[in-house]
Amino acid sequence: MSEKQARRGAAQQKLLAFASLIVLVVGFSLASPAFFRIDNIMSILQATSVNGVLAVGVTLVIITGGIDLSIGTLMTFCAVMSGVVLTWGGMPLPLGVIAGIATGALCGLISGTLVAKAKIPPFIATLGMMLILKGLSLIVTGTKPIYFNDTEGYTTISQGSLIGSIIPQFPLPNGVLILFIVAAVIAWVLGRTVLGRYTFALGSNEEAVRLSGVDTDRWKMAIYALAGGIVGIGGILISSRLNSAQPALGLGYELEAIAAVVIGGTSLAGGRGTILGTLIGALIMSVLTNGLRVMSVAPEWQTVVTGAIIIVAVYADQLRRRAAV
Amino acid sequence: MTDLVRMEGIDKRFPGVHALKSVGFDLRPAEVHALMGENGAGKSTLMKILSGVYHPDEGRILIDGAKVALPTPGAAQALGIGIIHQELALMPDLTVAQNIWIGREPRLSLGRIDEARQNADTAALFAAMNIRMDPRARVGGLSIARQQMVEIAKALSHRSRVLIMDEPTAALNDAEIAELFTIIRQLRSEGVGIIYISHKMDEIRQIADRVTVMRDGAYVGTVQAADTPISRIIQMMVGRELADAAATIPDLAGSGTALEVRDLTRGTELRKISFTLKRGEILGFAGLMGAGRTELARAIFGAEPADGGEILVQGRAVTIRSPADAVQAGIGYLSEDRKHFGLALGMDVRANIAMASLPRYADRIGRIREPELARIARDYIQTLAIRTPGDRQEVRLLSGGNQQKVVIAKWLLRDCDILIFDEPTRGIDVGAKAEIYRLLGELAAEGKAIIVISSELPEVLRLSHRIAVMCEGRLTGILPGGASQEQIMELATRRETLAAE
Repeated sequence: MSEKQARRGAAQQKLLAFASLIVLVVGFSLASPAFFRIDNIMSILQATSVNGVLAVGVTLVIITGGIDLSIGTLMTFCAVMSGVVLTWGGMPLPLGVIAGIATGALCGLISGTLVAKAKIPPFIATLGMMLILKGLSLIVTGTKPIYFNDTEGYTTISQGSLIGSIIPQFPLPNGVLILFIVAAVIAWVLGRTVLGRYTFALGSNEEAVRLSGVDTDRWKMAIYALAGGIVGIGGILISSRLNSAQPALGLGYELEAIAAVVIGGTSLAGGRGTILGTLIGALIMSVLTNGLRVMSVAPEWQTVVTGAIIIVAVYADQLRRRAAV
Repeated sequence: MTDLVRMEGIDKRFPGVHALKSVGFDLRPAEVHALMGENGAGKSTLMKILSGVYHPDEGRILIDGAKVALPTPGAAQALGIGIIHQELALMPDLTVAQNIWIGREPRLSLGRIDEARQNADTAALFAAMNIRMDPRARVGGLSIARQQMVEIAKALSHRSRVLIMDEPTAALNDAEIAELFTIIRQLRSEGVGIIYISHKMDEIRQIADRVTVMRDGAYVGTVQAADTPISRIIQMMVGRELADAAATIPDLAGSGTALEVRDLTRGTELRKISFTLKRGEILGFAGLMGAGRTELARAIFGAEPADGGEILVQGRAVTIRSPADAVQAGIGYLSEDRKHFGLALGMDVRANIAMASLPRYADRIGRIREPELARIARDYIQTLAIRTPGDRQEVRLLSGGNQQKVVIAKWLLRDCDILIFDEPTRGIDVGAKAEIYRLLGELAAEGKAIIVISSELPEVLRLSHRIAVMCEGRLTGILPGGASQEQIMELATRRETLAAE
């Protein structure tokens, strides 16, 4: 296979996901006039923001050939820590945001250390972290939600619209803006920086990287920490949307995020993946949920369809890969 | 008496290699027939043909005088040919009996396995071999020697009349070897024909009736083991022809020492190894498979750090606990297994060349200076004549020789002054080999200190300014460049047990 063909293969993969997204949007628009309206589109985007941010974070880990199952409950734990600082501590807003993100980065670093230094398989290490964090959220809050009523402006982090205040016709929620910014920054990190290059290299052939004299353990820890920090942003977004940190929430979010990554064409075997793909994957999932709801399909059927889409997406990718080799 | 096995005019080609050149071989009942030759002589290929793994391009195989086809390992097994590989193929978590009868378990109704009968049959097998073995023991808990007994019992359970043993004593101690030989002699007395592949001269004298020697994929000759001196066998293995071109040995009297290794030790793999390497020198490491050369390289490079000993780089003692330490000290290692240990195959040429030096080509926030790397990658593509459509080509799409050049470029970019090449031309075609040789010579002439590990003696002779020879984890001697193959083989087979005699 030539270089051109290889590039075409990668482009095809993104195209496939993008085409599916377009087909879904067009299909739902034809099926229901309520679907393609600016307020519905905005609510789809808003619904994508949290899952999208989590998916961007876990994309990093998955490209290294790892997996992070703790992101759902970590998201909640970050929200809780933000609530502790703001509502209980009465500190100013920026400190609460920093607390949430720092909590995420620290927990990511712990997962990364368990994986890199203690050589615990990522699945197990983050499964353990998932349960630990779920418990910690409940312990810290005494199982009761922490509300952000006393912190002025907390809900606008996600629900306000900076762009809408400039262009009233286009009230893009801040949460979505934050998702796009996070995605753009991480895409840049992956494509242009040393950290990004080693992320792909670790997933491609970790031993070869180690034998190139690279401190693979340190880089792996850094990648898990970065992913954790991004999950922290997700924690701020969800608590801002709910105006509260709900300690029982979180389980299941990790699988939705991983599903988005997989639909976006990132290989669970590591070494390959794109942020744009992940973004499209997250959009496909929320378009699907929203569209089916608009068409009054029962929620229990929505999950069945989502599950089928994941399997079809990965199978299509397998077929494409087999044809390419 | 009819031969048990007769192979005639066996010819086999692989892409780029003529592995077997019309080779003949025969085995009589109740005989131990040793098959010898250097690495790459074609012994294993020939045995894989006899056991149905490979198919010959030409030639025929007769069992008991009748022509047979061996399309699959199963077919060979059905004809009574059993093979015991050097790497044992057992499932450690299953019991001895479960391993032996895997795939043909005695059944009861409803698909249940008749464990009782399986265990009884296994006990009977071992009783016939005069070995005490619990059929219910977990294989993973047995010593390597005991596991080998299980493999032999498994082969015998197929009613094998031909048993091929590939380096069976590689991982055994002397007591275990003696036990193995007892079993081999017993099997021989029962009429089983045994093909015994080994590098160990003293063992051949102890156990073999006849010896067949192969070289470069061709049959050299068959002799009686009892009355043929070892020196004659060695001579048959290395042949008379000289290396294609001998190395020109530069005058290194004025060069400083780049690397000094003192008493490097790791377990039983490396035993107190000491040598020095000068700037501008190519030091070849010769030895048979399992001599510990790759282990030595990986210890110096920190991939599997040594337990004891000192390493001095440019006269200063360095502590090497990881490859990162070694690279910091200016040591680069080019593994024999490029695909697993040298390259990120799915990434492009540019990224692979930059792999060891990335932080140098990035700014404070970690942003990679791609244009600069692109220029550097293109420079290397030109100077090393790497055949690729461009620096963005994925390395998995390059040929072996060009992949090797990408790895070389990686270390050159990292400014490594000491380069360890482990089998630098493995899997590389003949034309590209000459280019790699020329490249190594040029690197040495520029003052790089180079270690070349190679299993091909002509390659060692062609490249090396001095030749270090290892045997069983020890450095048995250092010869000047241009030494004879016989001298090298003598050192490479100088086992401790022999030296003690």
